[in-house]
Amino acid sequence: MAFAGRRDAPEPPDFAILKRLARDQLIYLLEQLPGRKDLFIEADLMSPLDRIANVSILKQHEVDKLYKVENRPTSSTSDQFCFLVRPRIKTMKYIADIINADKMAGRSRKYKIIFSPQKFYACEMVLEEEGVFGDVSCDEWSFYLLPLDDDIISMELPEFFRDYFLEGDHRWINCVARALQLLNSLYGPFSKAYGIGRCAKMSYELWRDLEEESESDSQGRKPEIGNVFLMDRDTDYVTALCSQVVYEGLVDDTFRIKCGSVDFGPDVTSSDKSIKVLLNSQDKVFSQIRNEHFSSVFGFLSQKSRNLQAQYDRRRGMDIKQMKNFVSQELKGLKQEHRLLSLHIGACESIMKKKTKQDFQEMIKTEHSLLEGFDIRESTSFIEEHIDRQVSPIESLRLMCLLSITENGLIPKDYRSLKTQYLQSYGPEHLLTFHNLKRIGLLTEQSPGETLTAVESKVSKLVTDRAAAHGEPGCRRHGAHPQRWCPSCAQGCYKPGTWLFPWGWQDREALLPLLFQSQEKSQMRLILWPGRAIFEA
Amino acid sequence: MSRARADEEEYWHSSKFRAFTFDDEDDELSQLKESKRAVNSLRDIVDDDDDDLEKVSWSGDPVGSISWSIKETASSSTSSLESRDSSLQKGYSSYSAFPKQASSYSLSSLFKGRNKLPSFQSLSDALSDTGVKNYAPELRRPKAEYKDYSSDWSPKDTVRRMQRGKVCSLERFRSLQDKLVLLDEAVAGHDGNIITAVLIFLKRTLRKEILFQELEVRQVALCHLIHFLKETGEQKLLLDLLRFLDRTEEVALSQYREHLNIQDVEKRREFLKGCIGLPFSAEDTSHVQDHYTLLERQIIIEANDRHLETAGQSEIFRKYPRKASILNMPLVTTLFYSCFYHYTEAEGTFSSPTNLKKTFKIPDKQYVLTALAARAKLRAWNDVDALFTTKNWLGYTKKKAPIGFHRVVEILQRNNAPVQVLQEYVRLVEDVETQLNLATKYKCHDVVIDTYRDLKDRIQLAAYRCKVERGSAEEEKIDSILNNTQIRWKN
Repeated sequence: MAFAGRRDAPEPPDFAILKRLARDQLIYLLEQLPGRKDLFIEADLMSPLDRIANVSILKQHEVDKLYKVENRPTSSTSDQFCFLVRPRIKTMKYIADIINADKMAGRSRKYKIIFSPQKFYACEMVLEEEGVFGDVSCDEWSFYLLPLDDDIISMELPEFFRDYFLEGDHRWINCVARALQLLNSLYGPFSKAYGIGRCAKMSYELWRDLEEESESDSQGRKPEIGNVFLMDRDTDYVTALCSQVVYEGLVDDTFRIKCGSVDFGPDVTSSDKSIKVLLNSQDKVFSQIRNEHFSSVFGFLSQKSRNLQAQYDRRRGMDIKQMKNFVSQELKGLKQEHRLLSLHIGACESIMKKKTKQDFQEMIKTEHSLLEGFDIRESTSFIEEHIDRQVSPIESLRLMCLLSITENGLIPKDYRSLKTQYLQSYGPEHLLTFHNLKRIGLLTEQSPGETLTAVESKVSKLVTDRAAAHGEPGCRRHGAHPQRWCPSCAQGCYKPGTWLFPWGWQDREALLPLLFQSQEKSQMRLILWPGRAIFEA
Repeated sequence: MSRARADEEEYWHSSKFRAFTFDDEDDELSQLKESKRAVNSLRDIVDDDDDDLEKVSWSGDPVGSISWSIKETASSSTSSLESRDSSLQKGYSSYSAFPKQASSYSLSSLFKGRNKLPSFQSLSDALSDTGVKNYAPELRRPKAEYKDYSSDWSPKDTVRRMQRGKVCSLERFRSLQDKLVLLDEAVAGHDGNIITAVLIFLKRTLRKEILFQELEVRQVALCHLIHFLKETGEQKLLLDLLRFLDRTEEVALSQYREHLNIQDVEKRREFLKGCIGLPFSAEDTSHVQDHYTLLERQIIIEANDRHLETAGQSEIFRKYPRKASILNMPLVTTLFYSCFYHYTEAEGTFSSPTNLKKTFKIPDKQYVLTALAARAKLRAWNDVDALFTTKNWLGYTKKKAPIGFHRVVEILQRNNAPVQVLQEYVRLVEDVETQLNLATKYKCHDVVIDTYRDLKDRIQLAAYRCKVERGSAEEEKIDSILNNTQIRWKN
């Protein structure tokens, strides 16, 4: 992603079309409920919505007040309610409660539900059971794809991973198929599709079905995306479980990148308010350091600030005319750069502070040992201490999962003791977490008599590209890359993003199916990982 | 080598990770294509939906114009009336009769209307050759919906129509055979939404034992039903199903999960008590037992301490008011709390750390880490000292720790321990290099100086001289060591 530096790379397709499509459909749907109305938005739709529309657009279409969908009765006095929601049972019940409360109070309003990206029969069933089916009108906002950067598109489906891989529910596959259809119709036709995993296969088949039916005529168009790669997330957990060491990854770890933007708190901005910053290739400073190993970022930033200083200094000794030129042409750019620089330097400081506290060096060392299969006892006791000190519930689990995957399950004795200590440190209800992780195969117990040879060969597949360690440019995780599955792994273009944790902790947006593509030798490719789907190439 | 190769082969051929090219399956695909074409041509005869796609084209009014929205309101209100009628008629299955208002105008027709606007030129260019129908939602045709009730779709077509959001009645699938064929078709269609829809219908029209029995051999559908029941909160039916499947552990966990929804602590405690007897694994039974005991303790401690705090008699509570209640906190947090507020209590009281340690069999390592953090926070250095002091049978005292002393130093330092305390523990770090690093980092000059002396490293010691304050005792000490002729320096 964001390989602006490659000369043989073709221009990425214009993904801004996707935004315009989504925005115009949303406007159209809002117009379907003419007149002034209050809009209730599901919390996790807010960030995506921010990326394609803003309040003034909503106001233009007679949206009066904006509310968050949350479990509270509303105080709104509007005659019309519009709900922009995910197809979730819980949300349906919330809406039904509002309508039924209005009925009891003898109040009449108009209600409209807009489902994103599609509605489910189960949701309509709930509306019917609650006796409000005829009182609402339902629509679908086919918002399947959100471009996050020039070459990253996300499906923004936080439930995908859990629903498919843990619960075995196929309900999002249709969305993947529709997304493929949309991409194919806008940027295709795709010449060939490759895939790994069951979900990939099903998505492909469903998509082919859709294509057959629509029988579109895309002959004679020059495709902007050539090949498509579909990969199930569970083909490679290791990469997702390793620490991130490039700048973008660490920013995500520390501040959480949501929908391509990040909230820098007061400690970064060195003022008393936080700033929301869009992180993409438009940010001239960020685009140069995002893929760099963290240790080389400092040098870059200090060089950059020296340059900036020098440019400012040039104004000394200028005559009036030069000065006028300087102010009118360069000053704005310099100021902008100055602002960005100070933000990213502040971010680096925060990251350093946090990582030192977490024994980042030791953690990286432990991960290395795990990947290479030595010092298992030492690693286990590092994890144990991590848990005992209540450092971080997520990081502790991440390390345990990595241990489990690299060792093909924990030794029963270790499993018991780590689990017990985990429950003692972070709460007994995590019993359920452990059960889920076991079910999904991320954290298991070795069955007795299992030999290590099979394991070794399995893991060695994942560790073929061990060179990806510290400092190597372009490598996003310090660990290994499953080269075999991904032609461009050699260039290390993993989305730094997000961890992959299935138990649904809100603050980990890891489960976002991300779609992203990049370039290779004048041929555009697209890779999809259903379940944190990364499309890349 | 060949062995490894074979393993590798096997690995890549194991079904889960097999890479496949979709295009390999040409035969199947072409077969499918043919049958689909046949089906599609049939549909043209039975259903005139598609013809209407062209007829209902957008008028060309710009979006948001008044006439346009009025027209829209009118049409949408009539259609919702119709749908209400039909829902009355059709009872349950009426969900499929629900009008697709979003679909009445396709997204792309929207753009067609905007073609004239220059700003959309590029977009419409992109769209013009992609085929309008590609991503366009289906058109709404209330009239055709009525027709659907009488039409006789095959299970396959029914599933397909549902997938496209079209109206389809499931009521005519009455024999068990028909229902199952429908379910299998839904599963083959890969759309979980449809699978769940069919399951909702089956759940309503079949006795649960029959449904369960059939689902036992249909794993994909089974997963969907379980997930659906979890989401809708039909706990009773879910438990029946899990019991039928003999998944006793899941039965237990699923019941245990409910405690998360109980806010009242007394009720939660009672509920947890009831959970102890559930068929967990042996290991989990003890965890649940511990969970219950812990909450029971926390309730007692909380009541007691709240009283103490409000009374204002206890110094520690006055000096360090509690930030939050201890209820529902993890064990380690509870231990920290009790080390903080109740450190000196006798083992007999519920709130004493030793009692907690014993009751929950907290390992030494975890206990020491927690107690250390708590006492260091209070700057009770004597307690810290006592924590690591052991006496052997001759009465000699010795410092011992179940965790590395470098960790102890780090925790102390984080709590701003004075240098005197800190350096005592820095000295105990076994590895000389780590010891030197820590001592330098935390400015424990004495330790650094002594270590260099012991290492007989004159150069380093001389270099360190500039790091201590001028005229300080440390400088004096360095000077006296450097001047000591007895030492045989290595450099």
